[in-house]
Amino acid sequence: MTEPVLSVRDLHVEFASRRGTLRAIDGVSFDIAKGEVLGVVGESGAGKSVTGLAVIGLIDPPGRIAGGEIRLAGLRIDNLPPEELRRIRGKRIGMIFQDPLTSLNPLYKVGDQIVETIRTHLNLSEQAARRRAIDLLAEVGIPAPEKRIDGYPHEFSGGMRQRVVIALAICAEPELIIADEPTTALDVSVQAQIISLIKRLGRDHGTAVMLVTHDMGVIAETSDRVAVMYAGRVAEIGPVQDVVKNPLHPYAKGLMGAIPTLAGEDKRLVQIPGSMPRLSAIPRGCSFNPRCAFAFDRCRVERPEPLPRGTQSVACHLYDDVPAESVV
Amino acid sequence: MLAFTLRRAVQAIGVMFAVGIIAFSMFRFAGDPVNQIVSIDTSAAERAIVRKSLGLDDPVPVQFVRYFADAAQFKFGVSYQFRQPVATLLMERMPATLELAICATVFAMVFGILMGVYSALKRDTVLAKLFQAVSLIGISLPTFLIGILLIYLFAVTLGWLPSFGRGEVVKLGWWTTGLLTVSGLKALIMPSITLGLFQMTLIMRLVRAEMLEVLRTDYIRFARARGLTTRAIHFGHALRNTLIPVITVAGLQFGSVIAFSIITETVFQWPGMGLLFVQAVQNVDIPIMAAYLLMVSLIFVTINLVVDILYTVVDPRLRSTVGRAS
Repeated sequence: MTEPVLSVRDLHVEFASRRGTLRAIDGVSFDIAKGEVLGVVGESGAGKSVTGLAVIGLIDPPGRIAGGEIRLAGLRIDNLPPEELRRIRGKRIGMIFQDPLTSLNPLYKVGDQIVETIRTHLNLSEQAARRRAIDLLAEVGIPAPEKRIDGYPHEFSGGMRQRVVIALAICAEPELIIADEPTTALDVSVQAQIISLIKRLGRDHGTAVMLVTHDMGVIAETSDRVAVMYAGRVAEIGPVQDVVKNPLHPYAKGLMGAIPTLAGEDKRLVQIPGSMPRLSAIPRGCSFNPRCAFAFDRCRVERPEPLPRGTQSVACHLYDDVPAESVV
Repeated sequence: MLAFTLRRAVQAIGVMFAVGIIAFSMFRFAGDPVNQIVSIDTSAAERAIVRKSLGLDDPVPVQFVRYFADAAQFKFGVSYQFRQPVATLLMERMPATLELAICATVFAMVFGILMGVYSALKRDTVLAKLFQAVSLIGISLPTFLIGILLIYLFAVTLGWLPSFGRGEVVKLGWWTTGLLTVSGLKALIMPSITLGLFQMTLIMRLVRAEMLEVLRTDYIRFARARGLTTRAIHFGHALRNTLIPVITVAGLQFGSVIAFSIITETVFQWPGMGLLFVQAVQNVDIPIMAAYLLMVSLIFVTINLVVDILYTVVDPRLRSTVGRAS
């Protein structure tokens, strides 16, 4: 197997606070291969966004990467000096944020912002960068790009602005795009367009995509693999079809059970009781144990490690030394 | 854009009209002007002649229209104490005041922005905390006290700078400037600092607060995610967004710098309009007081207008909303 574009191993992110250190990411590991879309799903506060920010090196104090490794095509990037990390940001890793309305500087023309980014990373003349900016705007589906390039952000609609943001993220042909809830702030009809755009760009350029969202529908449509996060850990990771059809982790089961189906029988959706623990009060053992219907003694004492299970990997004691048939 | 400017100009004229009414009514409420002009033993007949020559026997509305029409042509009548046209007196004094106000504002802007940006970017350094502490002093110490302290230190004790006056001035047409001579420049230093210190601390604190606010915004985070250099982010993206409110405050403050120069001019015996006004108050010289009121409000209103127009230059969002509204 070729080297993955992104490889995260046992990542820990901590935030120092007045009431002690909060562990936002607690031993997360995953890989993303070239051209692959990894969906990262979970409730608010599960650590999805923080994982994305850690990869691109934008964890601000009081937060810090407390342990583990992040490798971009084999190069370790979590301990690079700030200036070298900056050169990677925007050039080798592109990022798309949630709210396109606030992601662009309101005082500069969109073209100037794209040209600025291109010229920061690529050795191009002003004219060449401008031509490239027009091409990029055309590629992300902005009509009449040679005219719109001189528009200000407020002259674009939300969906169009997100396209500009995407153009900015891909302007230096990055190997990896981190999309942090790219569709959450958009209309449903626009969401689908943006999703298919991200998918197409990933396919055309062979870019790896880390798609952070809480929308299982988006993941199912876009991703090749999915990581389900809970309280700063990966509960389950695997190919999207397998995880959606046959979730193993009780939390993943709960999540999938909460998706309404069009064809489904008229039954109540599954609801996971309780809510995710606060970072300051993560329970001992498996962090999901207080909400888990299958919890037993071991879950309250020992933290489960990820176990391979076919194509999937699941962090749950239920699958430790127990034949799969007996639990489902 | 043009319609916007015109609308603002019409509003400005409205404000000036209101100020004109107030200035005019000063003549009515501050006693009989004739008594200020004539001596005690002037006969009633002579008083009547003076009254008639000044047009004070006409009905009030007529007087008001005449006063306003004259004021619009910068004719403010004759000073009671100097027996000279008020316009001439003001014009003689205006360069001194404007030069002082401009120097004070430039001083306040340059140091205020530099210190503000520094204390926002290097929030936890000793120097940034020192700036914060100093700015508290600047905001809370009254102007005259700062002036007197400066005089005591640099003029009396050290003898480096003159304690009063403008030094040598050079005539450029009707304008007199102290910027071209060494003694004129030296004389400008202390009054400028005294007058500008409050504005400087105000701008510094404003820039710091705004900059911290802007640095937290999504587009700065996105700029960082795009891998722009720290320099480009701080000075290209953050500073420009910071300066929008700073322009307003600095612009509006320029008006109060001119108005507050009364105190600084008194402390430093600076031969400007403020000093003239203080003398006019002492001598109940109403034409000067009224004219000063009109001049200061004209400057205020003009600055407001300029600031409004500048806004649209800096912020493209306003340009289009303004365009749409018109």
